[in-house]
Order: sequence, then C-alpha cells, then structure tokens
Amino acid sequence: MMNHILSIITFLPLVGVAAILTIARGSDSNARWIALFVTIAELVLSLVLWFNFDGSTAAFQFVESADWLGPGIGYRMGVDGISMLFVVLTAGLMPFCILASWESIDERVGEYMVAFLALETMMIGVFTSLDLILFYIFFEAGLIPMYLIIGVWGGKRRIYASYKFFLYTLLGSVLMLLAILYMYFQAGTTDIVTLLHFHFDPWAQRFLWLAFFASFAVKMPMWPVHTWLPDAHVEAPTAGSVILAGILLKMGGYGFLRFSIPMFASASEVFTPLVFVLSIVAIIYTSLVALAQEDIKKLIAYSSVAHMGFVTMGLFTLTQQGLDGGIFQMLSHGVVSGALFLCVGVIYDRMHTREITAYGGLVNRMPMYAACFMIFTLANVGLPGTGGFVGEFMTMLGAFLANTWVAIFAATGVILSAAYALYLYRRVVFGDLVKPALQTIQDLSKREVAILAPLVVITIAMGVYPKPVFDVTSASVANLITEHKAALAVEGARKLAQESVK
Amino acid sequence: MNLQADLLVLLPELMVAIGAMVLLVGGVMIGDTASRVVSWLAIVLLAGAAWIVFANTGTNTAFHGAFVVDGFARFTKLLILAGSAFCLLMANEFFALEERQRFELPILMLLATLGMMLMVSASSFIALYMGLELQSLALYVLAAFQRDNLRSTEAGLKYFVLGALSSGMLLYGISLIYGFTGTTEFHAIAVATAQPGADLAHNYGLIFGLVFLIAGLAFKVGAVPFHMWTPDVYEGSPTPVTAFFVTAAKVAAFALFIRAVIAPFPAVAHQWQQIIVIVSMLSVILGAVAAIGQTNIKRLLAYSSIGHVGYALLGLAAGTQAGIQGMLVYLAYYLVTNLGMFACIAAMRRDGESVEDIRDLAGLARTQPYFALALGALTFSLAGLPPLAGIFAKIYVFGAAMQAHLYIPAIINIVASVIGAFYYLRIIQIMYFDEPKRGFDHNIGGGTHALMWGTSAISIFFVVLPAPLIAIAGQAAHALFP
Repeated sequence: MMNHILSIITFLPLVGVAAILTIARGSDSNARWIALFVTIAELVLSLVLWFNFDGSTAAFQFVESADWLGPGIGYRMGVDGISMLFVVLTAGLMPFCILASWESIDERVGEYMVAFLALETMMIGVFTSLDLILFYIFFEAGLIPMYLIIGVWGGKRRIYASYKFFLYTLLGSVLMLLAILYMYFQAGTTDIVTLLHFHFDPWAQRFLWLAFFASFAVKMPMWPVHTWLPDAHVEAPTAGSVILAGILLKMGGYGFLRFSIPMFASASEVFTPLVFVLSIVAIIYTSLVALAQEDIKKLIAYSSVAHMGFVTMGLFTLTQQGLDGGIFQMLSHGVVSGALFLCVGVIYDRMHTREITAYGGLVNRMPMYAACFMIFTLANVGLPGTGGFVGEFMTMLGAFLANTWVAIFAATGVILSAAYALYLYRRVVFGDLVKPALQTIQDLSKREVAILAPLVVITIAMGVYPKPVFDVTSASVANLITEHKAALAVEGARKLAQESVK
Repeated sequence: MNLQADLLVLLPELMVAIGAMVLLVGGVMIGDTASRVVSWLAIVLLAGAAWIVFANTGTNTAFHGAFVVDGFARFTKLLILAGSAFCLLMANEFFALEERQRFELPILMLLATLGMMLMVSASSFIALYMGLELQSLALYVLAAFQRDNLRSTEAGLKYFVLGALSSGMLLYGISLIYGFTGTTEFHAIAVATAQPGADLAHNYGLIFGLVFLIAGLAFKVGAVPFHMWTPDVYEGSPTPVTAFFVTAAKVAAFALFIRAVIAPFPAVAHQWQQIIVIVSMLSVILGAVAAIGQTNIKRLLAYSSIGHVGYALLGLAAGTQAGIQGMLVYLAYYLVTNLGMFACIAAMRRDGESVEDIRDLAGLARTQPYFALALGALTFSLAGLPPLAGIFAKIYVFGAAMQAHLYIPAIINIVASVIGAFYYLRIIQIMYFDEPKRGFDHNIGGGTHALMWGTSAISIFFVVLPAPLIAIAGQAAHALFP
C-alpha cells in the first residue's frame, strides 16, 4: 500500500463523492456520515504517511510515476519535507469542516459534502503532484467546488463574492499556465524533479517568475491583490472560510517554495526587494485596516493577509530560519485562523450576525467559549507558548539576517496584530451582557467542544514543542538553500564566461 | 492510375452520395411518414461510411492529386461523420416533438456531410470549391428549415447572402493565386512558390490572392471580422441544425482552412501567419466581450463559438505540427462539448414549447440536479477549467503558440479567456445559485438524453485517459508535414 499511498490519499475523497451520489442518494444524514468517515480516514492515512516519512533526507519520497498525457508530461506524485506537512494540515482540517457544517448546513447537504470532498482531492493533489501540468490541474480545479460553496451556501452578497474569488484567482493562474508551457518546451518535460535542476536563461527566468508570482500572489494573497479575500471570507459558510484561510492561502506560499525560489534562482534574487516591500505593506496596512473593521470575519480575513505577509517575507529571506519559520507560520496559521473562523461560526449559528457591535459580554454566559476564543486570539497575536509565536519569531529572525529594516517594519506589525486582535476580543467577549438577544445564548455544545478542544491542544503543542515540524522540514529547506546558492553560482560562472568571450 | 482505383479511394463518399439519392427517391415516393425510417437509415449510412474511413490506412490520392485521403483527412472525417450522425439523432427527436418531421432533413444533412467529406480531402482549389458549395447550399436550406418561422427564414436568407459573398471572395482569391502560380493544385503551388529566386514577399498578386482566400475561409469558420452572420444564423436555425453548424460544419471548415494554407503556402508562411494571429486575437476578444450581454442561450453559444474559433486559430498561427495537433485536439473537444450543449438546449422544453432564455435555467440544480450537473460540466469544459476536457485542448494550442514564440498573442488570448469565463459562470450561477423555476419536460427522447450524459461524462473523465486522442491527433497532424 505504501507504494501508492499518495494516490490513495489524493483520490480517496472522490470515492466518497461517488458513495454520496449513489448510496446516500437523498438522505442528508447519510451524506454527512459518509463525508465524516472519509475525511477521518484521510486524516489517519496522512498520519501514517507522516510516521513513515524519513526526515533526514531532502529527496522526494513515496514517489509514483505513470504515463499520462504525452511525452514529458506524466502522472508523478511524491512528497518531501516541504509538502509533507501541508498534506497533513489539509487532511487534518477537513473533519473539522465537516463537523462544523453538521447542523448549520441544512439544505442541499449531499451536494455540499460532494463539493467539500472534491475540494479535498484538489487541495491534496496540489501538494503531492510532481508534475507541473498535474499540479496546475489540481491548483485550478479547486476553484470550481469553492465557487459553488461560496455561491450556494454563502451569505447575502455571495454571488458577488463568488465571482470575485473565481475571476481573480483564474486571472492569476492562466498566466502561470503559459509559463508552464514555455518551461515545457524549453526543458522538454514538466517533471518537477528535473525542472528543479534545470537552469533557465536569466531573462526568461524573470518573466517566468513574474507569471508564477501573478498566480501565487493572488492566492496568498499579497497586497494589493488581496481584495477578493475579505469578500470571499465574509460570504463563505464557516467551513468554507476555514478551508480558504487554512489551506487555499497556503498554496501560494507552497508555490513560492516549490517553484519560484528553486527554479528561478536569480530572478528570485532580483525580485526579493519587491516581495519585501509588498510584505511590509501587507503587514502594516492590512493590520491597520483590520483595526477598523465592524465585521468579525472581515477582521480575521485582513489579519490573515497580514500574517501571510510574514510568510512571504520569511520565505524570501532565503535563510534557514526564514524558510523554516515561513513554513511553520503557514501551518500554525492554518490551524489558528481555521479555529478562529470556527469560533465565529459558533456564535454566528446562534445569532446569525457577524457584526461586532451585536455582541459583548459573552464571557458571562459562555465561559468555555471565551476560553477557547482567548487561546486562538493569543495564538493569532503570536504569544509565546502558542503556535503563532514560533513562526513569527523565526521569520523575523530570518528577516533580521537578511535586512534589518525589513525586520524593524515587520515588528511593528506584531504590535498592531495585538491591537486589533485584543480589541476584537474585548468587544465581543468582555464587558457587561446588556444586549437582550444575548441573554439566552448557550455555551458550547458537545459537538462544538469536540471540534475546538483538539485545535486548542494542537495550537499549544505547536508552540511548546515545535520540533516534530522542523524534523520534517529542515533537511529539505537546507537542501533548497544549498541548491539555490549553487544555481546562482552556475549562473554567475556562465556570465563571467560570456563576458570573457566578448 | 485507373478509374477503378480512384473510385475505391472515394468509397465512403460514394456510399454517402448514392445512399442520399436512394433515400431521396424513397422519401419522395412514400412522403413525410417515412422521415423516421429515412433518418435511421441515414445514421446507419454514416456509421458505415465512418467504418470504411476508419479501416483505411496510409495516404492515397485520386484524380491526379486533386483528392487525397491521409491521416489528417481520416481524423477530421471521423469527427464530421460522428457529428452528423449525432445531430441527426437529435434532429429526429426534436422535430418529432415539434411535429414537423420531414424526410428532406436527413437527406440534406447527408448531402452537406458529403460536401464536408470532399472539403477535407480536397487537395486542389477546384475540388475544394466543389465540396464547399455542396455543403453550403445544403446548409442554407437547413437554416431555413422551419419555413413558417420568421427567425428561421431570416437565418437562412442571411446565411445564403453572406455565404455567397464569402464564396465570391474565396473564388477571387483562388483566381489570383491561379494567375500568379499557374496551377490550382496544392502541391504544385507549393513547388511553384518554393522556387529559388522567387521574390515572394514582393509578389503582391499572390499575397493579394492569399488575403482574399483567407478572408473567405475566415468567413466560413466564423472568425472576426467576418463573424457577423454567426449570432443571427445560430439563433434563428432550429436547435439540431445549429448543432450541426457548430459541430460538423465547423470541423469541416477548419480542416479546409488548415489544409488550404498549410499545404500550398509553406513558402509564404510568414505572410499568412500575421493575418491569422490578428484574426485569432480579435475573435477571442470579441467572443469574450460580446457574449456577456446575451440572454438567449443559442446566441450566447454563437459568441462563445467565435471565441473558440480564435483559440483554435492560434494553433494555425503557430503553423507547426504541434500547432495543428493542438487544433485537432481542440476540434475534437469542441465537437463533443457542443454536441452535449445543444442536446441540453434541445432538452430545454416547457409544456411542449422550446425555451431558449438562460433565465429559464434558474434553479435547475434543485429541480433536475443531474441535468444541471451535465450542463454544468459542459459549461466549465467550454470555459477551459481543469479537470474538464477543455483545458487539455487549450494546453496543446497555447503550448504550440508558446513554442512558436507567439508570446503576446498567447497572453492576450488567455487573458481574454478569463473575461470569457464570466458568462460561463453566469450559466452556473443561474442553475446553482438562483431560485428555482419549474423544471423542464421529461419526454425529450432517449437519444438526446444519451447525448447529454455521454458528452458530459467524456468531459469529466477525459482527464483520466487523455493520451490516446492526443497521440492520434499528433499522427493526423503529421500527415500535413511529410
């Protein structure tokens, strides 16, 4: 089974789709149970994958390969230290999404579960594919279920938000497709392993880098192409927001790590200042915007943009600390922001509003909820002892090594994040319980405890003992940096040779 | 070369020709009550012809090189025959529901198919023109087939007038080319233009002829700026006839276009490529922008087809074997997807009346979820979204363009495809997000249903096994580049 475990993990949710379409036909509860069963099976499989993963090597593991499209374009799968934990993150968040939708989604349940399971296949495929065309298919195919999730089960402005989400991301990724096709004809293959060692012409690299950047920057999202995110987050159902913040945003960061930095080494060097500037603007500007929000989900959405700014900053420092920190930040943000959206979902299910002013004094009637929300808020701020701290700290450490000014500006973002997160928490949870509608609000149900408790544990565990994560990532990251330096050296030597010929 | 050997090469065409005439005589004697039988016999005839085409191998020429059967011709002929047969199946059920069955319909479709088969095998401009006119005349009549319907009559008349104009341009171009090269045969033209010392870039007469030729051919495929007839004709013609225009006739016109510029004019490739690049970009942009405001689904698909013509032409603009391979993949995908789309449109009937407004699809996902799923898959496939079939056609066409260094046209076309995605999304929005209306009639006919399910299943599952089609298209394209 271990020979094909990646294919099994990737396509098992489609078996669930088939089961819902055939066996569960019409019955909502059947559809829910099938979806839950499949996602938990996925989680178990991904943990099996993790335990069998060898963290001491940077090579791709569990590699599969088969003929697929034509010469040079094949079905290739594999994971290394960079992609491994994203698979676990995806599989780990999905059961929570299904549970969070257990009662709040009450119409067209079967279709909803089908959309989520299809989305899971696409997301895992993004992280496991080792062929550019295959990667592209998974990367873009996720748009369809997400479009439906926002559009069918979303809020009032769902149609606007779904179009904006779709067209924004599509525009970014089509340029990447052209770049992929160019690379195919240059290198004769779309095998990622081969392309990682292929040296593209320095000028071609810059255009290729920009094309990939167009796609990943929208997905991240980086300022100024982030505007689709607040709309999509606000209108999506709770589980949709969790997936958006928890996983879809990470595809951009993963793309930078997997393609932009190693494949276009000198172009990455050239554009690093651009990325730093955009990251700093994202960290400071969107933090300030978050302070002014009236809608809880929108506030968290802007805070996601700011946190992704730390990630891009860390990745492009091209230091061990920055890259490790960037990956860690993505993983912890996946858990924490997902958990925050689940917290919002809890009170939204009760009150059907996301206006901050509609709440206040929840701690009086919902102590358990207040405690959970507190931990996730503090993790979002980056308090030591929570998962949020490790990533933020390491990315700033990396930034400090690369460019002191960048680190100084980024540090102001940490203060701002404390400001907006605690300000939100105070307005929603603390104070007197004066709103008449809140007088009868109930604390967490058993199902909600079952959802939030594991996430609390994971958040704290990641902050206290982050070593298992670094055990997986560090070999691959170190290899990435060495290869990056080697590629730059090769290019420099070529340039010298050309000049001496002249 | 003796006559018998020549005729053997033409066996499938002869079969269709003789069959059509026999059926015509039979139909005239029995009358409209025979239309059902005639339709089925015509389908059997097409299937038989397809089998003979399929069983052939190698490259055979007939009539002193005026007629050629190679891999390229076989590939496109199979597409055409399949398209015709399935359109005929759809038409049979459609007109039965409308209670307007006439035995002439299958016969006209057979004759048009015959013209198409001759077109794609033509290897001289005279043979090409013969096939083209046989096809066109049959299509004019088909467009106006609902003769007591104002829009249908208008469509037929418009198609006839504009089609005749384009044929005139085509003939004028052919005559100029003949005047400057002394021949109408593709191979001989290629030899004449490839002579050393021929200053082709300043041979304005030949270039002039080429421009008229391309204008006429662009008219037949419906590319901007010669696209004006498509929305009116596609909207006005009866649905199965529109399907026939969009599928079989489009493939035939494209095959003709490809052979008529690739085979005779390799020496002036640079000249014609410039024209086609411009035509391709204009078509994609206009197709994307103009479709946004449409509410009639057939009219919307007409603009969508203009856009798709633009993408396919990008492969021709590349002018390479990879480009033609991409085009052939594109044509196959386009034929299958549109068969499905029009089967869905044919199935849009409420209380026995055909409805064509996209708002009539409102909430279809709730009233008829499987219908919505089929139409949704086809729509996303047309929008070129993975994992549906459309993306593979785009990958090969755009890949060929990138290989041929057509970077700017590729970028413009792919950005325009995002604009175009908007109106496909609107169809999905109406079906999935909007409040439901009453569902459609269920008694549509088994053939139409089978077409819907079959084509949408192909769109969804093509991703699993794409290699065979792509390899076959590659072999077919190779026939043009010996």
